[in-house]
Amino acid sequence: MSLQQSRDQLLGAYRQMKTIREFEERLHKEIMTGEIAGFTHLYSGQEAVAVGVCQHLDTEDLIVSTHRGHGHCIAKGCNVKGMMAEIYGRSTGLGKGKGGSMHIADFDKGMLGANGIVGAGGPLAVGAALSAKLDGKGKVGICFSGEGSINQGAVFEAMNMAKVINAPAIFIIEINGYSEHTGASYSVGGVDIAKRTEGFGLKTIEADGCDYHAVYDAMAELLDYSRSGNGPSAAVFNTTRFFGHYEGDPQNYREKNEVKDHRSTRDCLKKFCKDNLPSGIVTQSELDEIDASVMGLIDEAVTEARNAPPTPMEEMEADVYISYE
Amino acid sequence: MAIKTYREALNEVMHSEMERDSNVFVCGEDISGGAGGTSGEREASGGIFGVTAGLLPRFGEDRVIDTPISENTIVGMAVGASLAGKRGVAEIMFADFVTLALDQMMNQAAKFRYMSGGKAKCPVVIRVPYGAGMNMGAQHSQTMYNIVTSVPGLKCVMPTSPADAKGLLTAAIRDDDPVVFFEHKAMYGSKGEVPDGEYIIPFGQAAVLNEGDDVSIIAMGRMVLFAKESIKKLKAEGINCDLIDLRTTSPLDENAILDSVEKTGRVVIVDESTPRCSLASDIAGFIVSHGFSSLKAPVQQVTSPHAPVPFARELERAYVPSPENISTAVRRVMNYK
Ligand SMILES: Cc1ncc(C[n+]2csc(CCOP(=O)(O)OP(=O)(O)O)c2C)c(N)n1
Repeated sequence: MSLQQSRDQLLGAYRQMKTIREFEERLHKEIMTGEIAGFTHLYSGQEAVAVGVCQHLDTEDLIVSTHRGHGHCIAKGCNVKGMMAEIYGRSTGLGKGKGGSMHIADFDKGMLGANGIVGAGGPLAVGAALSAKLDGKGKVGICFSGEGSINQGAVFEAMNMAKVINAPAIFIIEINGYSEHTGASYSVGGVDIAKRTEGFGLKTIEADGCDYHAVYDAMAELLDYSRSGNGPSAAVFNTTRFFGHYEGDPQNYREKNEVKDHRSTRDCLKKFCKDNLPSGIVTQSELDEIDASVMGLIDEAVTEARNAPPTPMEEMEADVYISYE
Repeated sequence: MAIKTYREALNEVMHSEMERDSNVFVCGEDISGGAGGTSGEREASGGIFGVTAGLLPRFGEDRVIDTPISENTIVGMAVGASLAGKRGVAEIMFADFVTLALDQMMNQAAKFRYMSGGKAKCPVVIRVPYGAGMNMGAQHSQTMYNIVTSVPGLKCVMPTSPADAKGLLTAAIRDDDPVVFFEHKAMYGSKGEVPDGEYIIPFGQAAVLNEGDDVSIIAMGRMVLFAKESIKKLKAEGINCDLIDLRTTSPLDENAILDSVEKTGRVVIVDESTPRCSLASDIAGFIVSHGFSSLKAPVQQVTSPHAPVPFARELERAYVPSPENISTAVRRVMNYK
C-alpha cells in the first residue's frame, strides 16, 4: 500500500511528469531541425524519480542536478519557458543563454544547477546540506546522480563527509542502465550500489524508479530521517532512459528492442494512470485536460524561444564577477 | 603519402604503437564502449571522437581498458603503470575534465623524475580533446594547455595537421617523460597528407608554415589554421607574414620565435586560451625579454576574452579568436608608427 496523496497532489505530480515528458519528446524533434546547438541529454523515462522526490520539497530545500537535468529543473519548479529559451541559447533563457542545456539553474527555486561535470554535484549537495544544518530549519540538500557518477572519487568523498559532519544530504541515484555507451553492470564494481551507500553509513532505500508512488514513499521515509537530524541518506532507483545518452547517440550498445519494450512496460506515466484511474481519485478527463494544457505550454515555450532575441554581445564579459575593480 | 583525417592519423599511430610495443596500453571512458550493454556490441563507440576505434578487437580488453568515470584514477593508473615499466596512453574525454586528474598530472607525474634525482621514468601520454566552437558550453570547451604548459615536468604537444598528429603522437608514446597531447575537437575531421610508414617529429621544433618579412604570426593548435586563412587575405593587401606553428608549447622552440622576430620586428601571437597567464602572454614576455631590440611595434596578443566560454551561438562565435581578429592585429602592428 502506498502513502495516501490528495487528488490535487496527484494531479500536480501528473502534470509535472507529463511536462517533463513532453518537453523532452519535443526537444528530441526540435534538435533534428538543427536549431538547437550543443549537447542535449534527455530525461524521458526517468520522470517519476525527479517528480517523486521534488513533490516533497519546497524552495528552501536545495537540489543539485546533472548533465541530464531538465527533469529535475521542471520538478523543482523552474520556469519551463525560461528553460526552453536557455536551451535555444536566447537572451530570455534562465541563464541568458550563457549556460545552455547542461547548466540550467534557478537559485530562487532552490535549484543549484545542472552540471557538466559528472560527480561534481556530490560535494555541492553536501555544502547545501551543511547550510541547511546550520540554519536548523529541517531543510535538506539533495544530490541527483546517475549510477555512472558514483564511480567518481568526489562522490565517495561527499558521502563520507556528509556522514562525518552529519549533514542532511540525500543522494538520489538513478540507475538508467548506462553511463554514455557503457553498461552499469560493467562500470559499477561490485554492482550493488545500495551496499555501497550503506557502507558509508547512509540510510538507504531501493525502489522502482518507474513507479511514482514507490519513489514518493521512499522519499517520505528518507526525508523524515534526514530532516530530523539523523544525517545523510540515499535512495537507489532503477529506471530507464527512452533516448540515447545525448541526442545523436546511435545506441548500438542497446539491444534493438530495449527502448520500445521499456516504453511499453516501464513507462512511469502509464504506471501512474494504472495506479490512480481505477479508484477514481483522478479521472481520465482530468488527465486529458492536463495533457492539453501541457502541450499548449510546450508549444508556446518553443515558439517564444525561437522568436526570442539573441543574447547581446555585452553579455560576453558580464557576470564573470559581481565586481572587479 | 596518403590523404587522411586528423582522427585517422591518430588512430593509425595507436594501432601501430600498440603493435610495435606490447608495453603500450590505452585507457579511458568509452574508448571502446559497449561494455555491459545489452546488445552485445562490444565496440559500441571506439571513443567519443572515434580516435581509439578498432583497438579493442585487435588488442583485447587487457590493453584497451574501458574505465568507469574516474578521471583521477584513469590518469593515476596510467602514471603508476608507467612508473612500473608500461607505457600508458590515457584519454580524458574533454580537456575540461583534466582538472579532476590534475593531482596525478601536476603533483605526481610531473615530479617523479625530478624528486627521484633522475631515477624515475614516467612515460605516460594523456590525450585531451580541447577547445571551443562547438556550442558545448563552459565546462566542455576550455583549452587547458596554458595550465599544462606552465608545469615543469610535463610536456605539452598540440598538433595542427594530420601529418603532425602522426609524427607527434608517435614521438609522445615513445617519449620517456609525461606528455599531455592536445587535440582540438573541431580538427578531427580535417584532412591532409600523411607520410607513410614510421614518422616521428621531435619535440621542441616549431614548423614555419609560411614565410614573409613583414609580421611574425606565432600560433598553436587550431589557431594555426585560422592564421593560415588570415595570411591569404593579408597577402592580397600586400602584407607578408611568417607563420610559426609551435607544435609543442613545452618544450618551446625559442630559436624559431627569435629568428622570425629578428627578421620582421612585428609580432602577433594567437592563442585560443583566455588572456591572463596564457601562452600569448608567456611568449610575449619571452620576446620582450629576449628580442626587444628587434621590435618595431608592441606585441599583439589575440586570445579569447577573460570569461568562461558562453553557450549562445552568437556569443561563442565572437568569443573564439577568428581569422578576422588575426588580420586586424596584423594590420595594427603594420600601421604602428
Ligand atoms: C568529469 C566528467 N567525466 C566525463 C564526462 C562525460 N560524460 C557526460 S555524461 C557521462 C555519463 C554519465 O553517466 P551517469 O552518471 O550514469 O548519468 P546518465 O547519463 O546515465 O544520466 C559521461 C561519461 C563528464 N561530463 N564529466
